[in-house]
Amino acid sequence: MAANPDTLNNPMINFTLDGEAISAFADETILQTAKRHNKEIPHLCYTEGLRSDGNCRACVVEIDGERVLAPSCCRMPTEGMNVQANSERALKSQKMVLELLKSDQPEQIGSPYKLDSELDQWVQKLKVGEPRFESRAQPAADLSHPAIAVNMDACIQCTRCLRACREEQMNDVIGFANRGAHAEIVFDIADPMAASSCVACGECVQVCPTGALMPANNVGLETPDKTVNSTCPYCGVGCLIKYHVKDDKILYTEGRDGDTNKYRLCVKGRYGFNYIHNPLRLTKPLIRREGVAKTTELLDPNDLDSVFREATWDEALDFAAGGLKKIRQEKGKKALAGLGSAKGSNEEAYLFQKLVRTGFGSNNVDHCTRLCHASSVVALLECLGSGAVSNPVEDVKLAEVVIIIGSNPTVNHPVGATFMKNATTTGTKIILMDPNRTAIAKYASHHLAFRPDTDVAMLNSLMHIILEEGLQNDDYIAQYTEDFEFMKKHLKDYSPEKVAPICGIDADTLREVARLYASSKASMILWGMGVSQHIHGTDNARCLIALALMTGQIGRRGTGLHPLRGQNNVQGASDVGLIPMVYPDYAPVEHFENQAKFEKLWGVALDSKRGLTTVEMIHAILDGEIFGMFVEGENPAMSDPNQNHVREALSKLEHFVVQDIFLTETAGFADVILPASAFYEKTGTFSNTDRRVQMGRQAVNPPGDAKQDLWILQEIANRLGCDWNYKGPEDVFNEMRLAMPSIAGMTWDRLENEDSLTYPLENVGDPGEQVIFTDGFPRESGRGKFVPASYIHADEMPDAEYPTIFITGRQLEHWHTGSMTRHSPTLNAIEPDPVVMIHPEDLQKLGVEPGEIITIKSRRGKISAYARADIDIQKGTIFMAFCYNEASANLITNEALDPSAKIPEFKFCAVKMTKGGEIAVRLN
Amino acid sequence: MAVITISPDQITKKKRKGPKGHAIDLKALEEVQALLAGESRQRDLLIEHLHKIQDQYQHISSKHLVALAHEMKLSPAEIYEVASFYHHFDIVKEGQTPPPPLTVRVCESLSCAMAGSNDLITALENGLNPDNVRVQKVPCVGRCQHAPVAVVGQNPIDEATPINVLTAVEKKEIAAPVSDYISHDNYIAGNGYQTLKGVLDGSIEAESIIKKMEDSGLRGLGGAGFPAGRKWRIVSSFDGPRLMAVNIDEGEPGTFKDRHYLESDPHRFLEGMLIAALCVGCDEIYIYLRDEYAGCREILTQEIANLENSISGLPPIHLRRGAGAYICGEESAMVESIEGKRGMPRLRPPFLAEVGLFGRPTLEHNMESVYWVRDIVEKGPEWFTSHGRHERKGLRSFSISGRVNKPGVHLAPAGTTMRELIAEFCGGMQDGHEFYGYFPGGASGGILPESMADIPMDFDTLNEHGCFIGSAAVVVFSKQDSAKELAINAMKFFEEESCGQCTPCRVGTAKAAKLMEQENWDTDLLEELSSVMVDASICGLGQAAPNPLRCAIKYFPEEIK
Repeated sequence: MAANPDTLNNPMINFTLDGEAISAFADETILQTAKRHNKEIPHLCYTEGLRSDGNCRACVVEIDGERVLAPSCCRMPTEGMNVQANSERALKSQKMVLELLKSDQPEQIGSPYKLDSELDQWVQKLKVGEPRFESRAQPAADLSHPAIAVNMDACIQCTRCLRACREEQMNDVIGFANRGAHAEIVFDIADPMAASSCVACGECVQVCPTGALMPANNVGLETPDKTVNSTCPYCGVGCLIKYHVKDDKILYTEGRDGDTNKYRLCVKGRYGFNYIHNPLRLTKPLIRREGVAKTTELLDPNDLDSVFREATWDEALDFAAGGLKKIRQEKGKKALAGLGSAKGSNEEAYLFQKLVRTGFGSNNVDHCTRLCHASSVVALLECLGSGAVSNPVEDVKLAEVVIIIGSNPTVNHPVGATFMKNATTTGTKIILMDPNRTAIAKYASHHLAFRPDTDVAMLNSLMHIILEEGLQNDDYIAQYTEDFEFMKKHLKDYSPEKVAPICGIDADTLREVARLYASSKASMILWGMGVSQHIHGTDNARCLIALALMTGQIGRRGTGLHPLRGQNNVQGASDVGLIPMVYPDYAPVEHFENQAKFEKLWGVALDSKRGLTTVEMIHAILDGEIFGMFVEGENPAMSDPNQNHVREALSKLEHFVVQDIFLTETAGFADVILPASAFYEKTGTFSNTDRRVQMGRQAVNPPGDAKQDLWILQEIANRLGCDWNYKGPEDVFNEMRLAMPSIAGMTWDRLENEDSLTYPLENVGDPGEQVIFTDGFPRESGRGKFVPASYIHADEMPDAEYPTIFITGRQLEHWHTGSMTRHSPTLNAIEPDPVVMIHPEDLQKLGVEPGEIITIKSRRGKISAYARADIDIQKGTIFMAFCYNEASANLITNEALDPSAKIPEFKFCAVKMTKGGEIAVRLN
Repeated sequence: MAVITISPDQITKKKRKGPKGHAIDLKALEEVQALLAGESRQRDLLIEHLHKIQDQYQHISSKHLVALAHEMKLSPAEIYEVASFYHHFDIVKEGQTPPPPLTVRVCESLSCAMAGSNDLITALENGLNPDNVRVQKVPCVGRCQHAPVAVVGQNPIDEATPINVLTAVEKKEIAAPVSDYISHDNYIAGNGYQTLKGVLDGSIEAESIIKKMEDSGLRGLGGAGFPAGRKWRIVSSFDGPRLMAVNIDEGEPGTFKDRHYLESDPHRFLEGMLIAALCVGCDEIYIYLRDEYAGCREILTQEIANLENSISGLPPIHLRRGAGAYICGEESAMVESIEGKRGMPRLRPPFLAEVGLFGRPTLEHNMESVYWVRDIVEKGPEWFTSHGRHERKGLRSFSISGRVNKPGVHLAPAGTTMRELIAEFCGGMQDGHEFYGYFPGGASGGILPESMADIPMDFDTLNEHGCFIGSAAVVVFSKQDSAKELAINAMKFFEEESCGQCTPCRVGTAKAAKLMEQENWDTDLLEELSSVMVDASICGLGQAAPNPLRCAIKYFPEEIK
């Protein structure tokens, strides 16, 4: 590891290296000290960021008074030590080690897999000649994996890959098997990589010094034209990434030292970029052919030409804006609605909501936050006065106890999950609350596999225990909260003995967990959609907030509440007001002073009523209230519950404008399709789950006539009578700073220089606040509010006819509706088919073998998918991702809404399963 | 080869039936749960649990391996890398044939090779049906005075011939016999455990014992020779909790003294061990016994139970089973193995005395080092120092094998020369064998010619000649043997037994063995390689591996062209 800056003020250690006086920091090795002073000592098994292992022995040095040489990568200097790294004796060993390793390389001229093999570089620098030893018998290549090529003939057994896999990412797929000259790097139990449990995070590839592990298809042998520092288009963790680009195409990626990722990436961020180079990308504006009627069926892309025709941008934009304008004139402002995207930049989201509010003339604007954390945000706003996360994910290492509830971070926030796993190695206890035994359970001290849907009962019971045992923080409650007495009374009913049979967790375990959380020095709660996507999603979140308030586990490092954000910019899109009830920075539209502020800033009259939410918009179409819609980068025909209903609504729209990069399932219902830019094709800022605003930079150009989204939005806006003249994202960002006090002090220049800044950052030069709520809450009273929640059932409970619980979510390789990931040849190759996870005993009862097809039917729809036996799935439930249009999980789901947040109940509905069936044809 | 080249098509066309990697087989899971019933799943028991599966099924199938990983909350990779490190675990993957139910292990190390183990192996391979019996070449099994040795199941056959081995196979004599030894009662009758009781009840002060140990000059008899008394003092200086680890992984070819003492007087060892633990303040004791010593395992299991039943207030004693890995005789590799990991030596500093087993300060001792504690305490340090020849002090237990008339463990004064040992203790050379050379300290201690048989044999005396006494495993060879061949045998042994961690040893031993098989040795290159192995290897294995090679070049030039 590099020297810890915290120790920089500690006394230095003075020693002699090759006759020169040199000083080391307290935690620096000889090698690190030498590096810092630009003195080269060869090394292979050492790399920054990984634990020093000292196995390759290329870095051995001579230390006065020692019998044998010492590895400089592991040895700490001591005061007065005399070290020689380039004495004849040290050099003899360094060179011999390099020669021995070189002799076993597949080619003596240099690595056939990597341009900058570290072994080759050191061999050249130390002028090691042609090896004098015969080569070993070489292992065969393993080219089974779509993303990673394994050529162990270049392996030098330095175990950097193993340490990256086991100690850094903690995926624990790579092992060092056998011994002696037979010692080898293996996956699982010496399986081909593609058949192993490898999740293709690629950390091993990134650290391999010789090219034994490389991105597939020899891209490592290409010399890039340029590299671009940017971030990642997938989840809310917001990893910083370097893109290597050649001929306007991304060759490969590399993790950067971002605050949230420390060089780490996951399979999507590292290998999932190539969807943008898919030939199915939209490259021309398309207009629906006259007379082609809309149906409720998804459009088969093979029929594209018979339904749509190509148009020029002028024609398409006029047509798009004209249709919207006509409805605005004829049916009124509220007959229009817009769905923006959490995938776009802050600047795009800001302009989109401004377009709807100022151009359409209503607050009918929403985005997919409605489908993920709407309930969390509603509860947080209600109880704490702010929807923001209180502490960054990295705080898990400062926490003694971390509750992870309703979240499967290794799948949905993979890089964030690595830090959670890391924290357990230094004593943090993870308490996992999830009906299924997800991968993080292996690292948890407790796994509470409660019955789905019983969160409120279980969480109330934990609070009951805390009060019963006097573990609450009375000082905190008195100083920073309100309505505690009300809560106390409410909790009387939730004794663990009463709740245990409801949630399926015994009373003793509930007690143990309640004590752990309440009495630790710092406890943190992380949650995901397992909490939010219920009709009692807001109640679930209210309970978690109350838990933190009553124990005072908030407002300090290592504590707090962190709803893990799904999309890379769902935090930012919400911040900039891409939701129907608030302006930028969560200013309620119904407050007169907010309206006045934005009318002044934007120079137009604004609607004083909150607009419709996502699911409400669909109902409003069928109810004859909405006639025109603009969807930018969202896919309600796949993402919304009870899709037959959604698709019927979309087909009824009089005028429907879709802006996207692929012909999505939704785009098939459009009147005009505007080909837009993918993440890598534009510059803008994105706000991650930790409230870090990060710079995404354009790496390549949009294909064909596809245009950048900012340009398209501005063109539409101006055709609707707005007078916009933004020259680029910087202009938009500067306006956002005027609209949003929370980022008022954040300058574009500083973002350009630092890449990542945390808000609140109200004054120029502020560092940004990692932890908020340190002294009360931004509510009128300044206090956090206890809001009691009573246990209720899901909207649709299993019964004799539909006995099984159907839970939806995501898979590691696929993003949401699959419009990006299923167009990535790499990700698609890893997970090509619709699958449903089911406990092997439940599968046996159906008489179905693992891998066979089962059919799932609910009151709303029917799909067929391949069954996977998974011992970690709770019996009586099944789990499925919603990315497969040939087996769309949202045909099954229930559109029942949480009354406060209007979020649908994706996490619970009743189904029946039957053996067999036929997988529908994938529309691609 | 474990890595199989397969095209992406083959993988993607096969529909995955469960989560990534190996599915958990419910039947295998039940079987593993049954084997582990009532047992802790803690990580350090991994090797013990692997033994349970291997013992029950004679192999470890991938299904059992994956089920064990699930039970122990480990990854399959962590189990596989450990299981594949040790010779005594047979991993059988899907589609592979399990080994036959019975294995005959034939030692091919120095003394057995000289006694014709090669011909024995050939004869056994021809005489046994490979479907029923597997013949395996193995490194030293610690019975060199009876070379050649074959082990049928767990039953060692001394002076093995095709006939006596085949008879044992036919008669299914596969259990390890237990030797006659001084029982618990007899040991007590001989005033045993009085000193221990004195330490326990405080009537004997730890300090007085440590002082005696220091005064005796007793040095670590595993081979490194670190003064025992000083070690006790150093370990006790570190903050507790402290642990003790006893090394009975006697694997150095030619060594069998620990087995000899265990099979004759186990309680003298246990008492010494406990005195050491109490004096140093160790809370728990781990005994690491090589798996080849199945008879000793029975003795220790029985006698530790007897002891614990008769004396209360003892620190817990954990008997751990090795699994066939010479390197685990290296103290830090042994500690790794006790923790349930691959036996890969640690980098030092930090030393085990400070950061040892489970990260605790650890008193690590060879079995014989503590075996002498009772005598030193009761007879006084001067008793020990009164022995010795040629200005050396103390006693050494020489394990002597090879071309002498009376091979075996000979307790002799430290400093006795090879020529004196042969004449006075070994009954001279065997008929027809003329003394030609000897290994003074097992395979790693180098080789000396007959002309250098008058050097006092003790710690430090041989270093200037490129040799060391180590565990005092002496292999005597004659003009009928070849020093070159024996050096090759030793290098191949190190190649096989290298843990594979560091380059100079992993690659160096393999390249050296290759070069040594050539008709003409490239002595310059071999010497250059040797010096780097000595200088840059992590542990004693790689550092000592070139000793026989260098000695062959230096002392037997007529054999090296």
